[in-house]
Amino acid sequence: MSSRSMRVFVALGAAMALLVGACGGQPATTGGASASTSAKLFIPMISKGFQHQFWQAVRQGAEKAAAQYNVTITFEGPENESQVDKQIEMLQAAINKKPNALCFAALDSKAAIPLLQKLKDQNIPVIGFDSGVDSDIPVATAATDNIAAAAAAADKMASLIGMSGDVAIVAHDQTSRTGIDRVKGFTDQIKSKYPNIKIVSTQYGGGDQLKSTDITKAILQANPNLKGVFGANEGSAIGVLNGVKESGKSGKVVVIGYDSGQQQMDAIRSGEEAGAITQDPIGIGFKSVEAAWKVLNKQSVPKNIDTGFHWYDKTNIDAPDIAALLYK
Amino acid sequence: MRIGLAALSPARRTTLMRSDAVQRLLAFAALIAIILIFSLLSPNFLQFDNVVGILIATAVNGILALGVTFVIISGSIDLSIGTVMTLSSVMTAVFITEWHAPVPVGILAGVSTGALAGIVNGTLVAKLKIPSFIATLGMLNVAKGLALVVSGLKPIYFNDTPDFNRAAMGSVIGGVIPGLDIPNVVLVLFGCALVASLILTTTVLGRFTFALGSNEEAARLSGVNVVGWKIAVFTLAGIFSGIAGVLIGARLNSAQPSLGQGYELDAIAAAVIGGTSLSGGEGSILGTVIGAFIISTLTNGLRILSVPQEWQTVVTGGIVILAVYLDIVRRRQQQ
Repeated sequence: MSSRSMRVFVALGAAMALLVGACGGQPATTGGASASTSAKLFIPMISKGFQHQFWQAVRQGAEKAAAQYNVTITFEGPENESQVDKQIEMLQAAINKKPNALCFAALDSKAAIPLLQKLKDQNIPVIGFDSGVDSDIPVATAATDNIAAAAAAADKMASLIGMSGDVAIVAHDQTSRTGIDRVKGFTDQIKSKYPNIKIVSTQYGGGDQLKSTDITKAILQANPNLKGVFGANEGSAIGVLNGVKESGKSGKVVVIGYDSGQQQMDAIRSGEEAGAITQDPIGIGFKSVEAAWKVLNKQSVPKNIDTGFHWYDKTNIDAPDIAALLYK
Repeated sequence: MRIGLAALSPARRTTLMRSDAVQRLLAFAALIAIILIFSLLSPNFLQFDNVVGILIATAVNGILALGVTFVIISGSIDLSIGTVMTLSSVMTAVFITEWHAPVPVGILAGVSTGALAGIVNGTLVAKLKIPSFIATLGMLNVAKGLALVVSGLKPIYFNDTPDFNRAAMGSVIGGVIPGLDIPNVVLVLFGCALVASLILTTTVLGRFTFALGSNEEAARLSGVNVVGWKIAVFTLAGIFSGIAGVLIGARLNSAQPSLGQGYELDAIAAAVIGGTSLSGGEGSILGTVIGAFIISTLTNGLRILSVPQEWQTVVTGGIVILAVYLDIVRRRQQQ
């Protein structure tokens, strides 16, 4: 009995060793490349996520820049935007690989400051991207102005509902930078510019499509006169669309979303969704790697690289300049 | 030996039923109280549309809870049900959307994926003697990872097969009785609950589920094939996760590879609120269904009242603690 469980442990141990080897293997070779002072610069990117479409698009842009400037990048991020601790571990691991520069989208800027200070002390330039890093250490930050973008969504909402009535917000979370900024941008704009519009409910579904669906249905149930809902990220927007549809209010409630993805694009084409704000995720990835390369090559870069945002709807969804920003 | 256990078990079960019944009654009273309170606080709560909304919102969690109820009664735990659900929905999507299999084949693929994960869980626990907490925690991550790998990190949509969404969200009842548009997912929930209840109360599998949870050693000594029945219990939980996976896919018209983690805790909470004892040997399907409705009704009501999210979480957590405490008080009184 005990020898059998022993065998099981040995097998498990071997499997673990294999796993660790497999995980550690790839970055180690990249790290080796940079340590051996070969011509290729090594720039790891620590993002706020990896499994969402948005981050895959950022990665795509980063890889494009890496190919163009002939640098080696790695791209990793935690599974969701509350895993501050996991992100710090990733940052630590990246520093241990002795990079030439590092691109970082902080989940919690303050939590990362000791590590960023270490990078600064070693003269390794840090480039912030997406929500950036709230400190003086990054030499440049490539990001969307989320407050301005959400305010633009509020303007569109106001004109689509005829400047008066009740609206609601379904957002992803109330602690992350993008969650805070988008809710604030939308809310402040409505409050300051549209006195006849009232935000009756702001709720958070963690970006989970199913939870956001049920939240939207509850909001519609509580507010039968609701004229519009703003979904503050992709998962929220999909939930809003589902909820409106399941409540039988498609076409009667104005839905405004954020980012893109197949489902939102289909809904915009069919008219279920009025339109959405798109950032430029590919541009964010591209420009942050580009900025890192420029800094390493002693070229000047602006402190804030605004990667912009755009409103898109049925009328311009297929226009080349917009279509390039949308991901499926 | 087998006869010995069978003779022992009806007597034991009648007392169990009785103590279960108290908890079920308490849970049911709590559900009624919650409904009454919300009805008084908001005129929008007790309306047909909203009641249907609550029924739909209960479907996924309720079905996951049915499966985990068996596992908990048998004295184990299954933490992998949420992500196994996700993996099942991804497999259904791969079959239907990418391989253009007929919808029923896709559904079967999803349910089989769940069953397979259950067989693996059961084997790890019963054969390799890995504690179920650890084995299913491992499976939670394996299933989560596989869902991402198989889907290629992207949601897969059922846009080419509108029938799939319609099968779940359409209404057979509405077709027969106009105006009573209760979507089919709700029927699936009640159908699954009925089947689960029959399995638990009238079959050998149900009897051995209780036997494993009350006293595994006694069951073994009386000749019960403990390994086999344990695997069967986990497989059943896997099948229910598979069904939940098909439903969540149909409802969202897509397989979303990144959700699922955390769903297991809501399902376990539903079972516990409904009187399933985490130490095994006690529980009922009716209790679990009521537990699932308590969670979804509470969540819905708090959302309708626009209670801030952070407080919604606090209230739901408090209810679970209260339910378990009441259960302990009741048990102490019986002794």
